[in-house]
Amino acid sequence: MTSNTRYKSRALRSEDGREEKEYVGFATLPNQVHRKSVKKGFDFTLMVAGESGLGKSTLVNSLFLTDLHKDRKLLNAEERISQTVEITKHTVDIEEKGVKLKLTIVDTPGFGDAVNNTECWRPITDYIDQQFEQYFRDESGLNRKNIQDNRVHCCLYFIPPFGHGLRPVDIEFMKALQDKVNVVPLISKSDCLTPNEIRKLKDRVREEIDTFGIKVYQFPDCDSDEDEDARQKDRELKESTPFAVIGSNMVVETRGQKVRGRLYPWGIVEVENQSHCDFVKLRTMLIRTHMHDLKDITCDCHYENYRAHCIHTMTSKMNTDNRVESPIPILPLSTPDVETAKLIKMKDEELRRMQEMLQKMQQQMQHEQDL
Amino acid sequence: MTTSDIAQGDKNARPLSLSGHVGFDSLPHQLVNKSTCQGFCFNILCIGETGIGKSTLMDTLFNTNFENFESSHFEPKVKLRAQTYDLQESNVRLKLTIVNTVGFGDQMNKQESYQHVVDYIDTQFESYLQEELKIKRSLHNYHDSRIHACLYFIAPSGHSLKSLDLVTMKKLDSKVNIIPVIAKADTISKSELHKFKIKIMSELVSNGVQIYQFPTDDETVSKINTAMNGILPFAVVGSSEEVKIGNKMVKARQYPWGVVQVENENHCDFVKLREMLICVNMEDLREQTHTRHYELYRRCKLEEMGFTDTNPESKPVSLQETYEAKRHEFLGDLQRREEEMRQMFVQRVKEKETELKEAERELQGKFEQLKRLHSEEKSKLDEKRRSLEDEINTFSKKKAAAELLQGQSFNTNANLKKDKDRKNSGFM
Repeated sequence: MTSNTRYKSRALRSEDGREEKEYVGFATLPNQVHRKSVKKGFDFTLMVAGESGLGKSTLVNSLFLTDLHKDRKLLNAEERISQTVEITKHTVDIEEKGVKLKLTIVDTPGFGDAVNNTECWRPITDYIDQQFEQYFRDESGLNRKNIQDNRVHCCLYFIPPFGHGLRPVDIEFMKALQDKVNVVPLISKSDCLTPNEIRKLKDRVREEIDTFGIKVYQFPDCDSDEDEDARQKDRELKESTPFAVIGSNMVVETRGQKVRGRLYPWGIVEVENQSHCDFVKLRTMLIRTHMHDLKDITCDCHYENYRAHCIHTMTSKMNTDNRVESPIPILPLSTPDVETAKLIKMKDEELRRMQEMLQKMQQQMQHEQDL
Repeated sequence: MTTSDIAQGDKNARPLSLSGHVGFDSLPHQLVNKSTCQGFCFNILCIGETGIGKSTLMDTLFNTNFENFESSHFEPKVKLRAQTYDLQESNVRLKLTIVNTVGFGDQMNKQESYQHVVDYIDTQFESYLQEELKIKRSLHNYHDSRIHACLYFIAPSGHSLKSLDLVTMKKLDSKVNIIPVIAKADTISKSELHKFKIKIMSELVSNGVQIYQFPTDDETVSKINTAMNGILPFAVVGSSEEVKIGNKMVKARQYPWGVVQVENENHCDFVKLREMLICVNMEDLREQTHTRHYELYRRCKLEEMGFTDTNPESKPVSLQETYEAKRHEFLGDLQRREEEMRQMFVQRVKEKETELKEAERELQGKFEQLKRLHSEEKSKLDEKRRSLEDEINTFSKKKAAAELLQGQSFNTNANLKKDKDRKNSGFM
């Protein structure tokens, strides 16, 4: 349905001559939603993370068919020895068939590049938290007309294909981010793996994700009223995670067609060929079917968790400090007494413990003096 | 000795021409025969991240299956695993040792990663040095475990070296012959590969890393070696599987979009690596290890221990003299220390003795004093007792006298007497 068709009232074309009182008209609601959303436009924030040289920028270019990183400056190896992680943002406005999309790509250059990578994800988690905090303040403000939603909706994590599975840095990163953003792991540069090897690596990665209890983004189950074809597609999608992708900035000619691909002396790899890599599946999932689901989970799940956590810490601080310092209006919690009572109990216990210790020490001293 | 030394030495020896065939042109053949009987020995060190293809490349290079198992990514520290194999080709025997790094590049903090590798290489040099310095040594029987060649596997990111690569190669370039290779090169297209190689070499040069250069002083191989020096680092692909191409089985990797043939020079530089590493320059690698890297290690080690080549008067000092001098010094040192310790001991004993004597005297004094006091008290008490006894005696005497009087004057004025008695007794 495009925005131009309007839903014709069924009453006028009733074929079996039903009476008008059976028709209300709210079946046009999807149409109205569609029209309004097209007018408002969409926005989406995508974060890409992984070591340099894994093809992140190339993949983003292939996904959105634009060139986002025109004049990039790549650092030399000696400059990267003690590099810290930076966060860079690119925003582009793209349009397709009247639908406008404001796309923000958040890049993380320097991740995993230094010699000492302990806690290299901290700038990234701080950035995500910052965006949440900003939205929290905006949402709780007095003027809420134009809230800018900069929250990160999805994070594509690039796993290098050169190893046997996940490495410690991969696991630490995904665990640090699993509760803040939807993590989608990808196997990058998969044109160095034969189909057999890809299968083994995917199984390995899935196994390790299970073993270490990492919560990656799960595709929602299909609705029960979808047809068999869609359900089959959905099953295939779920079974081929993590996606093994290849990206390309170049267009090559093969079998009489111009396609995006990579030219090798032994053959041509086509990015959009399903038997070559899972790029099409990733694009379908990310853009065509699950984009809104990703946004929903970010809003309903990760953001709400953050908000609850924030409020909790703020009120408990308020109760102990007895100062009203919060920048946002907070309604008094329904059970503040429980909170304070708990705190008081805790402090009492501590005091008691310390007194006991003091007593014991005094006794010991006495004992020694007597000897 | 350099050629200039030989030339100078030759000033005393004049060149002669022979009038017939003597036969010493068979000397190289004799040498070769002896070496072949003895067998050759070669040690390769492979450094690279886990899963980058070190074991597969070794299998492919030497055309066998070395039966290596996959390592895990979760090693807490970098370890080295050495395995020795005996190979034979026509009548030449090769004792090959392959040392692989385990867990390289997997840790979060990789600042200590290079240290384990450097320590391993130094250990091999050290054991050779010990063997050389022995009194009874058997160098020709010694299993030389020094690393002759180090293959450094670079991940094919397509941009540049990783920071870990740079740091490690800088530490190793003075200890071992480094040959960098680009692993899994079937993920880089031709144009990207060209740019990648240039970037890597420029980074190595600008950071002063000295990788192994194939020797160009021997005319028979200088041309090919110079050409190869320009193709470094080699982009290699390894495979232990075989694929049917045409009517032959070749080592290759089968992809949905084509087949990468390992031994096709158009596809990768594997053939060049094999030729350079094994066919042409193996002996040169061994020689470089012995004359350059080992000698450097030895010199540093001996200088650390205090050996010099010339003593303060600029006269050449033999090793034996240096040994003697060191031993003397050491013994003298030892004796001095012993003396010192003994002196200290004696002094301490004296001090303690005086202290104890003092204490004894004090105690004695106290004892005497107490005794005196005690005897004084005793005498006082004795006196008191005597006086008390006297009193008791007088009292009892008086009592007896009174009773007597009482008995005598019992019949006369008893009251008067009683009064008198009472008065008398009141007197007492």
